Amino acid sequence: MSAQPAPDAAAVPVRVAIPQQLRTLAGVASSEVVVQAATPLTVRSCLDALETTHPTLVGTVRDRGTGRRRPMIRIYADGEDLSDEPPDTPLPARVTDGAEPLRLVGAIAGG
Amino acid sequence: MSGVRVLVGTRKGAFLLTSDGHRTSWDVTGPLFGGWEIYHVNGSPKDPDRLYASQSNGWFGQILQRSDDGGRTWEAVGNDFTYEGDPGTHLFYDGSSMPWRFQRVWNLMPSATDPDTVYAGVEDAALFRSTDGGASWSELDGLRGHDSASTWAPGAGGLCLHTILPQDDSRMLVAISAAGVFATEDGGESWRPANDGLRSEFMPEPEAEVGHCVHKLAAHPERPEVVFMQKHWDVMRSDDHGRSWREISGDLPSDFGFAIDVHGHDPDTVYVVPITSDEQHFPPDGRLRVYRSRTGGDEWEPLTDGLPQEHCYVNVLRDGMAVDSMDPCGVYVGTTGGQVYGSPDGGDHWSPIVRDLPAVLSVEVQTLP
Repeated sequence: MSAQPAPDAAAVPVRVAIPQQLRTLAGVASSEVVVQAATPLTVRSCLDALETTHPTLVGTVRDRGTGRRRPMIRIYADGEDLSDEPPDTPLPARVTDGAEPLRLVGAIAGG
Repeated sequence: MSGVRVLVGTRKGAFLLTSDGHRTSWDVTGPLFGGWEIYHVNGSPKDPDRLYASQSNGWFGQILQRSDDGGRTWEAVGNDFTYEGDPGTHLFYDGSSMPWRFQRVWNLMPSATDPDTVYAGVEDAALFRSTDGGASWSELDGLRGHDSASTWAPGAGGLCLHTILPQDDSRMLVAISAAGVFATEDGGESWRPANDGLRSEFMPEPEAEVGHCVHKLAAHPERPEVVFMQKHWDVMRSDDHGRSWREISGDLPSDFGFAIDVHGHDPDTVYVVPITSDEQHFPPDGRLRVYRSRTGGDEWEPLTDGLPQEHCYVNVLRDGMAVDSMDPCGVYVGTTGGQVYGSPDGGDHWSPIVRDLPAVLSVEVQTLP
């Protein structure tokens, strides 16, 4: 047995709300997708799962080179702004229990 | 030849304009990728159903799209443009050094012989190639490995490689704002500056080997050694694959501009769209005039029939002009005001194909079999 479980060994469903343009890119109709993310649920594990399930989104939320959140993307969970929190911070209970989605939001900008 | 397909990239999506050989009645499809900036759409000369599109915006970064059915359906392909090795630094506007960082794909140039091979010119300036239909990309790092690269500085639009001009199986020219022209004669392994004869007054050394703000290059496929250039200021010509350049601005009302192209059949017929100045990006006197030289430069005639001749203050960007291969040759111009004008007779008469698109970033045209 490896020291750490494989990411999908303890994967659980999590709701992720994504902006319209990413829905189009991912080919999904609804404002939320459900992905199987490794536990404990964090921003990183959810985004890893999102990119695994929808590979066309790789690079659109996190910079490919640095892995950092793209500057004009914000990340919210149960009313908390997690955008600048460490990506391995555990998500709030209302997201882990499915009552709320992890929300990816495009900043209001541009014309 | 059965018709043409004009590929239009705009600030808010892509549009496909199709017509038969008469080029008087048009079908308009779009917006494709609505809301995204489409810097460039281009088709494979070998397989006209194979299209590539550069899709990007400030929120979500770069997406590369491919169509295998002439634009009816699209598939997002690879968007991993990772520089080879330690990317190093280039100069910023203020003269400081900053790390190379991928921003977006400006230009896509499919191979003339293989639909799966396509080149991408990117910002920060580098040249990438895919040989698997865009699924994966590799940098031709001999270009950015040139000794001068750490001194390259951005033009107003960024440090972008905006022009890819294949000359034959081994020769290629690329143009970078604001580094200038670079040439390879070994299929992209090694590169040399190709700016001899250019003069740019804004530079400390106006005739330096690199640092020129070249806006666009064009050549006729059957006479690749003759290359035309619209520079920041000056329209230039090379008769030796870019080894040396001479000015051919002649009697143009302004030799500032962005777009330049060569007639589909006559290698001595060249088109430009003069713009007032680098501070006033609109046509002189509020009149949109395409200028045509039938003599390979120096002597130019204004083409105005059907183009707005008063109160016109749009711009035509560097990729905003294209020619088809029909007989007579069609010429197409897209503006930042959202108009795409077409001329089915080499520029003698123009009419708007569409009037109210988002700002046009690029125009390419495919002559369909």
